Amino acid sequence: MFDYLPYIREWNFPHIWCSGCGDGIVLKALIRATDGLGIHRDEAVMVSGIGCSSRTPGYVDVNTLHTTHGRALAFATGVKHASPNLNVIVVTGDGDATAIGGNHYIHAARRNIDITVLLYNNYIYGMTGGQVSPTTRKGDRASTAPFGSIEPPFNISGLAKAAGASFVARGDVYNVKKLEKLIKLAIQKKGFSLLEILSPCPTAWGRRNKMGHPVQLMEWLRDSTVSMEKWEKMTDEEREGKIRTGVLHDVARPEFTDEYAKLVKRLKAEK
Amino acid sequence: MPVKISDKIRMMTGNEACAEGAIAAGCLFFGGYPITPSSEIAEYLSRRFPIIGGKFIQMEDEIGAMGSVIGAALTGMKAMTATSGPGFSLKQENIGYASMAEVPCVIIDVQRGGPSTGMPTLPAQMDVQQARWGTHGDRGVIALTASSAQETFEQTIHAFNLAERYMTPVVLLIDEITGHTTEKVTLPDYDSIERVDRKRPTEPPETYLPYKYTDDCIPTLAPFGTGYRYNVTGLCHNETGFPTNDPKEIERLILRLTEKIVKNRHEIINCKRTMLDDAEIAIFAYGSVARSARQAVLQLREEGIKAGLLEPTVLWPFPSEIVLKIAEQVDSFLVAEMNLGQMAREVELASKCKASIHRLNRVDGSPISPPQIVGKIKEVV
Amino acid sequence: MDRYEIRLSGSGGQGLILAGKILAEAVVIYDGRNAVQTQSYGPEARGGASKAEVVISDSDIDYPKAVELDLLLSLTQESCTKYICDLKKSGILIVDSGAVKDIPHGDYRIYEADISDLAVKEIGKAVVTNIVALGILTRIAGVASEEAVRKAILARVPKGTEEINKKAFDTGLRVGGELLAESKRS
Repeated sequence: MFDYLPYIREWNFPHIWCSGCGDGIVLKALIRATDGLGIHRDEAVMVSGIGCSSRTPGYVDVNTLHTTHGRALAFATGVKHASPNLNVIVVTGDGDATAIGGNHYIHAARRNIDITVLLYNNYIYGMTGGQVSPTTRKGDRASTAPFGSIEPPFNISGLAKAAGASFVARGDVYNVKKLEKLIKLAIQKKGFSLLEILSPCPTAWGRRNKMGHPVQLMEWLRDSTVSMEKWEKMTDEEREGKIRTGVLHDVARPEFTDEYAKLVKRLKAEK
Repeated sequence: MPVKISDKIRMMTGNEACAEGAIAAGCLFFGGYPITPSSEIAEYLSRRFPIIGGKFIQMEDEIGAMGSVIGAALTGMKAMTATSGPGFSLKQENIGYASMAEVPCVIIDVQRGGPSTGMPTLPAQMDVQQARWGTHGDRGVIALTASSAQETFEQTIHAFNLAERYMTPVVLLIDEITGHTTEKVTLPDYDSIERVDRKRPTEPPETYLPYKYTDDCIPTLAPFGTGYRYNVTGLCHNETGFPTNDPKEIERLILRLTEKIVKNRHEIINCKRTMLDDAEIAIFAYGSVARSARQAVLQLREEGIKAGLLEPTVLWPFPSEIVLKIAEQVDSFLVAEMNLGQMAREVELASKCKASIHRLNRVDGSPISPPQIVGKIKEVV
Repeated sequence: MDRYEIRLSGSGGQGLILAGKILAEAVVIYDGRNAVQTQSYGPEARGGASKAEVVISDSDIDYPKAVELDLLLSLTQESCTKYICDLKKSGILIVDSGAVKDIPHGDYRIYEADISDLAVKEIGKAVVTNIVALGILTRIAGVASEEAVRKAILARVPKGTEEINKKAFDTGLRVGGELLAESKRS
C-alpha cells in the first residue's frame, strides 16, 4: 500500500473538510502524483488562497503559502519569477480563482508562467456557507440564491484556454486514477497548467440541490463525466448534461520565466 | 535615465533616487502597477533589473503587485513595490498579510491628493494615517518619509534595512514634489553601504520553528527552497506557522506584532532638528513641507522670531516622547502639512497640553510655501 | 536670499520639462552651482497647461518651487496670462510672439521672438522649439554658462539628433543676443 505519511503533516490532522467532501481524494491523488514524478519536497512550493480547497497546503509537507482571498496566483507569480527553479503549485477554488481572483487567473494564463493550478470546482462557496459562486449552475439553489441562480456559470477551463494557458484539463473526484494521471501531466507541463477538478460540495451545494448524500454526488460524477474520446463520438443531443474530462488543450507556448531569462541573455550580449 | 556628473554625483528626481536606493539596498525584485506620480520608479527598475540580476514584473493590478512582492520576499529576495493613493488603498489587504506573516518588503507611496482618484499629478500628504491604520487589525507599523532626492535615496535603503531587521513591511511616504523634483544626489560607494539581511535559522530543519518566541520578538523565516519546509498564513498562527484558535497563542501573536515595533521604537524613530534649542515656537513638518519650513525658520530668525523645526524622518512609530519634550520647552507648535491635520492630531496627543497646537493645512494640490509658514507663525506669535 | 527663479511655461508636449531639466543639469553638472527643477502638468501628454521651474542658487535650496520669478518664459497666451502675476518687478519676460499676442503691461523687461516659427524656419523642426527657447533664455538671463547648457543638451537629447539640437541652441543664442542688443539701444 502507498505510504502517505512521509508527505503529510500528520500533526495537522484531522483535516477540516466535511465527510463526503472530495478534497481529501484530491489530496491523496496529488501526493501519489508528486511521488511518481520524484519532485523534491524542499523545491516544491504550494500556494493557496482562501476557501476549503485552499486549506490543502497545510496538510502537505512542502513549502506552503496560504495567502489572501483570490491572490494565490499573484503570490505564486512572485515566488516563481524570483526563483524559477522552484516547482510552484497553486491550489484554489472556483470562487477564489475566478471571482475575487479572476484578474490574476487570466493574466497568469496570459503570461503562461510555469505554475500548475489545481482548481477545485465545488460549484459553491463552501467555507462561508453555500453562497452562489461563478460556477453555480443556472437554477441551482444557494444560500444567496434561495430561488435558484439566475446567472449563467463560467466555463473556467475555457477561460484559461482563451487567456493563453498552454495546458488545460478537467478531472473529477470519482475517476481517481484518471485524476492522478492528469495531475502528473499538469505538473510536468512547462507553462501555465490549469487542471479543473470537479469536487462538488455535499454540505453546501448537494443538500440544496437534491444530491444531499455524498454517494449521490459520486453517482452524478460517474454518470455525467465522459472521456474526450467518447465526447468526440457523441451527438449534440447526447452531450446534453455531460461534462468532458481529460486533456482539453495542450500546446507549446513561450513561458514567462524563460522569456525573462532570454531578455537577460540578450541584454548581456548587447553590452 | 538620470544624467551622470561623475559616478558618484547625479541629477535625479526623487523617484529615480528611490529606485537607485533600492538597488543600493540590495533589492532584486520589483512588482508594480502603473500609477501617477510613482511610475518612474517602475520604469527605472524595468531598465536596470534585467541587467543587474534583478527581477521586474508589471502585474495585472495593484493587489497582484503587492502579492508578487510578498511571494518573492519569501524566497529570500529583497522586494518592493511603488504606488500612489488609490493603489495604496488597494494594497492594504496584502500589506496586512505581510504584517501578519512577518514578511519583509518595502512599499513606496508617492502621495497625491484624495480621496479616490483625487489629484493624480498634484502633491498631498493625505496617506499618513492610512499608512498607520489602512489595513484592518492591530499591528505595529514602520513608515518613513523623505524631503529630497538625496534623502529619498537614503531612506529607501533604510526602509529595506528596517524591513529585514524587524521582519515587517515598511512604507516610505514621499509626495509628488519630492518624487518629481530633479536635484543633485551624491551616491555613496555601494560597497560601504550598511545592509541588513534577515536572520537565517541556525538550527536543523527538524527543530526549526519559523515563528519561535524569542526575546526580540522577531521571527526567523528561512527562504523557500533552502530545506526548511514550513507554513506561512494570514490566519492567526502559533510558532509553527500553522493556524490556531488557542486564545493564548492568538493573544501572544497579536501583542508581539505591535511589541516588536514599540519595544524597538528608540532604534527606529528619527527626527531632524533645526534651531530648536532656544525655540519658542516649533514647526512640526515632514516630507516636502519640511523644506519650506526650514526656509521659513531661517527667515523668521532673521526677523528675531525664535522659531525652530522638528522634522521627523520616521512618521510611524510616532516620536511621542520627543514631541512631549519640545512641548515642555516651547510656547506653541505649528503643524504644517498637506492634509487636514493628520499629524496634528498626533502632536496634540503627544504634547499633553504642554504647548498650544496650531495648524497650517493645505489641500488644494499646491505646496505649502515658506511665506505661508512665515505668515502663519506671525499670526500665531 | 540668493535665489534665481525661472519658470518655463506653455502647453504639454512642447518639451518645457526637458528644457528645465537640461538647464538645471547644466548649472549643477557643468557650472558646479546648485539648482533644482520641479514641474507641474495636467493629465494630457499633449496640450493642456505645463510648467517647469528651475531654482538656481550658490547654497542649499530648501523650497524647490519658485515663489517670486526672476524670469518667465511663456510659449502660449494662456500660460503668460496665468503666470505673469508671479513675475517680480523688473523681472524678465520672454514670450513666443507667434502665440502670445496680448502681452501684459507692467514693470518687466520684455523680450519677444517668434520662437516656434524660428524652429520651423531655421531648423526645419517644430520639435526643437524648446531648445531654441533655451538658447534665448540662456543668453538673456546669463545665469548658466552657454558652454554648460550646450553640454547638458548633448547629454540629454536622443542619439542622432545632436546636430539639429546644437543648431537650435545656437539659433536661440543668436536671437537672444539680438534681443539684448535691441533692448539696450531702445
